[in-house]
Amino acid sequence: MIRIGIDVGGTNTDAVVMDGTQVLAGVKAATTADVMTGVVEALAQALAAARLAPGAIDAVMIGTTHFTNAVVQRRDLAPTAAVRLGLPATASLPPMVDWPDDLKAAIGGHAYLAHGGHEFDGREISALDEQELLAIADDIRAKNIRAVAISSVFSPVNTECETRARDILKKALPDVHFTLSSDIGRIGLLERENAAIMNACLCDLAKLVVDAFRNALDAAGVKARFYLTQNDGTLMDAAYAENFPVLTFASGPTNSIRGAAFLSGVSDAIVVDIGGTTSDVGALHKGFPRPATVAVEVGGVRTNFRMPDVFSFGLGGGSLVVDGPKGVSVGPRSVGYKLVSEALVFGGQTLTTSDIVAAAGRAEIGDPGKVAGLDPDLIARAEARIAQMLEAGVERSRLSAEPLPVIVVGGGSILVKGAIGGLEVLKPNHFAVANAVGAAIAQVSGEIDRVYSLASMSRAEAIKDATDKATAIAVSAGARAGTIEVVDVEDVPLAYLPGNATRVHVKVVGDLDVA
Amino acid sequence: MSTLKTVRIVEAADLDDIATGGAILGTGGGGDPYVGKLMAKEAIRRHGPVRLVDVEGFDDDALIAPVCMMGAPTVMTEKLPQGEEIVVALRKLEKFIGRKVDGLLCGEAGGINSTTPFVAAAATGLPLIDGDGMGRAFPELQMTTFGMCGVSATPMALADDKGNCVVLETIDNRWTERLARSCTVDMGGSALLAFYPMDGAKAKQSTVRGTLSLCAALGKTLRQARARHDDPVEAIRAALSAEIIFNGRVRDVLRRTVGGFARGEADIEGLDAFKGHRLRLAFQNEFLIAERDGETLVTTPDMISLLEAETGAPVTADAMRYGVRVAALAFPCAAAWRTLKGLELVGPRYFGYDLDYRAFSPA
Repeated sequence: MIRIGIDVGGTNTDAVVMDGTQVLAGVKAATTADVMTGVVEALAQALAAARLAPGAIDAVMIGTTHFTNAVVQRRDLAPTAAVRLGLPATASLPPMVDWPDDLKAAIGGHAYLAHGGHEFDGREISALDEQELLAIADDIRAKNIRAVAISSVFSPVNTECETRARDILKKALPDVHFTLSSDIGRIGLLERENAAIMNACLCDLAKLVVDAFRNALDAAGVKARFYLTQNDGTLMDAAYAENFPVLTFASGPTNSIRGAAFLSGVSDAIVVDIGGTTSDVGALHKGFPRPATVAVEVGGVRTNFRMPDVFSFGLGGGSLVVDGPKGVSVGPRSVGYKLVSEALVFGGQTLTTSDIVAAAGRAEIGDPGKVAGLDPDLIARAEARIAQMLEAGVERSRLSAEPLPVIVVGGGSILVKGAIGGLEVLKPNHFAVANAVGAAIAQVSGEIDRVYSLASMSRAEAIKDATDKATAIAVSAGARAGTIEVVDVEDVPLAYLPGNATRVHVKVVGDLDVA
Repeated sequence: MSTLKTVRIVEAADLDDIATGGAILGTGGGGDPYVGKLMAKEAIRRHGPVRLVDVEGFDDDALIAPVCMMGAPTVMTEKLPQGEEIVVALRKLEKFIGRKVDGLLCGEAGGINSTTPFVAAAATGLPLIDGDGMGRAFPELQMTTFGMCGVSATPMALADDKGNCVVLETIDNRWTERLARSCTVDMGGSALLAFYPMDGAKAKQSTVRGTLSLCAALGKTLRQARARHDDPVEAIRAALSAEIIFNGRVRDVLRRTVGGFARGEADIEGLDAFKGHRLRLAFQNEFLIAERDGETLVTTPDMISLLEAETGAPVTADAMRYGVRVAALAFPCAAAWRTLKGLELVGPRYFGYDLDYRAFSPA
């Protein structure tokens, strides 16, 4: 089975062609403003390098940090209204109460509290009030808000309030995007609501990006199945991803950690993936990304996704270097995909980390003459600052004093000068395209989330039944039977339903059958 | 009042450490302190910092009222409070008694209730006593050192998100628990309360002292251990003079809801030094019994705290999931519980286990 893994980062679009476990070719193209041109370019280069026709490709897996970057950089986010149903409860902590101020400001900070929601036992907290919702709709229209996230107390066990509120609001606001919290998260109102709001504010960008992918594949003549990779390193259908961009949030780090493990053959390490805009640091534990067991923050916002434990910070090959009265600062602003036109070394006007590395004579990029005039003192201070940021990032992910190796991957790896904080640094073959390799080796999952009545079967039988069904789904989605592993089992008794009802959630993953 | 000794002034930023420490003393239950922490931070931002004081400084005839949140932990992370409940309950209790309260006290230092008293203290400007009535978390409201010292839980006021407020007067603390529990279930699974009103003399006699500062110290220990890359589990073990009774991975969690409580058992498979061994934890909100390879090791009221193996983050019984790597710590409870009267209230037999209490002493 021939497949292409593509990683669309803020700066570079990488592609690898793989045949089974062999990397046939790995290439890098610049990410373009329209996304599509960069993907077309990467695809064409990859096919040419592997000497394959577009028709030979069986599957395309795309991983992208586009949506995470948008949140981290607070850009391309749609003005979004958070509508929470639950009054009079929940008023003490309104939507976005624990968000960083700048992110709240970037999406407008529009929070509405309305009546509705359920008690734990299925009673209404208060009745949904249509007039109240219509007044909120008027305000949303007057403020020209394009996206709405609806959350309701106990919506994971009863979605009715959220769907009814959406229907009422949609009639008044036909052209607005809606995200329901119950479609995204689990019990835990603030975390689930946070994820829903972030999903809603990414809706415009998601349409743009997924369309661009689709058009790029068409333009390249590739007719293969097309997937996006999600948080846990498994694949989701492109049409689904368009409505749930938030599910791609941790796919970048997951892909890079899995890709780094695959390429280096090392199973325990710290992995640093340096892109153009951000660096992600995670831990590789026995060959898998170490999962976060506490609530994960994305761009400073707490969520309850199951994600790898990754720390991101604003350092990349395109990060802006600014010398000010308080010393030199690096990032978090980045020229991103405009690196090849805006960086000094490429004839632009902006001083970036890549210029510093080129001026220090540590990388052959662009025209070294264009950075020859940089103040050596500034270069030294900027390099020291970069080293300091890398060391702080690695330190944060390192949970023991044990000297693990650091695997450095990603296009921004040129920023690393020797060891990081005294730890040995490894740069495996194809290190620059590890993310794309991780996407290409993404796993297939099968998931079951349903209510069983334990009147007629035991809990063990219910879990076994759910596991068998999830396994069948994974196999039919292309997983090889022998590789399937249970990654998640959860059963929650629903006290208020008759017949000892229990909600059972099982997720299994397996390797894509590449035979 | 002039003799009151300030232990520390608690600012919004201090709540992070207190909540972490509260989760450790929560011994798996008591609810996730995150929501309580956010509420306390909001209250301190709005009204100013909280003065944490030594109980010794109160006059013997001062009026002290403990406050706390009651209900199911899952409900508290989902149905957030309206915000005024705790002050409504306190004012109702004052009105019923006909006297203003002079000082607040924490009912339960484990879990979410390590932070809820700060909401009331910030909003009212009243001093908060450094101590509590459990030294940990327990599921029922008669399980306090206050009650053991003869303080009645009533008159007691419960308030809900909708503005309902109930005042209870009962014949004993078991009845208070029972009636308050039904009220809480009817109120939607969570309520805020002011209870166990007592004079300064009783507060001095019955309070488990220093537990809120202990929460702050444990939180700080964990934060600093992480920053220094010391083993966070070992740092907490040392701070509590505890014993690590197990290292392993959660294999299975059996839960059922009985009478409003999450009851269950967790099966943990040993790793590292404990490879080939099994730990079974029985919980009713809190971890109550630890059994290693079939041998009973720790029994309630001694403390069993589960920490995420690598980060040292406390793991609640609710958050235990398949595959999570944990270290189990055990340490002795407050001395007051290790008495005949104490074990009657919170010993294994009270929770329905056919076991005698065996005092745990860390190796």
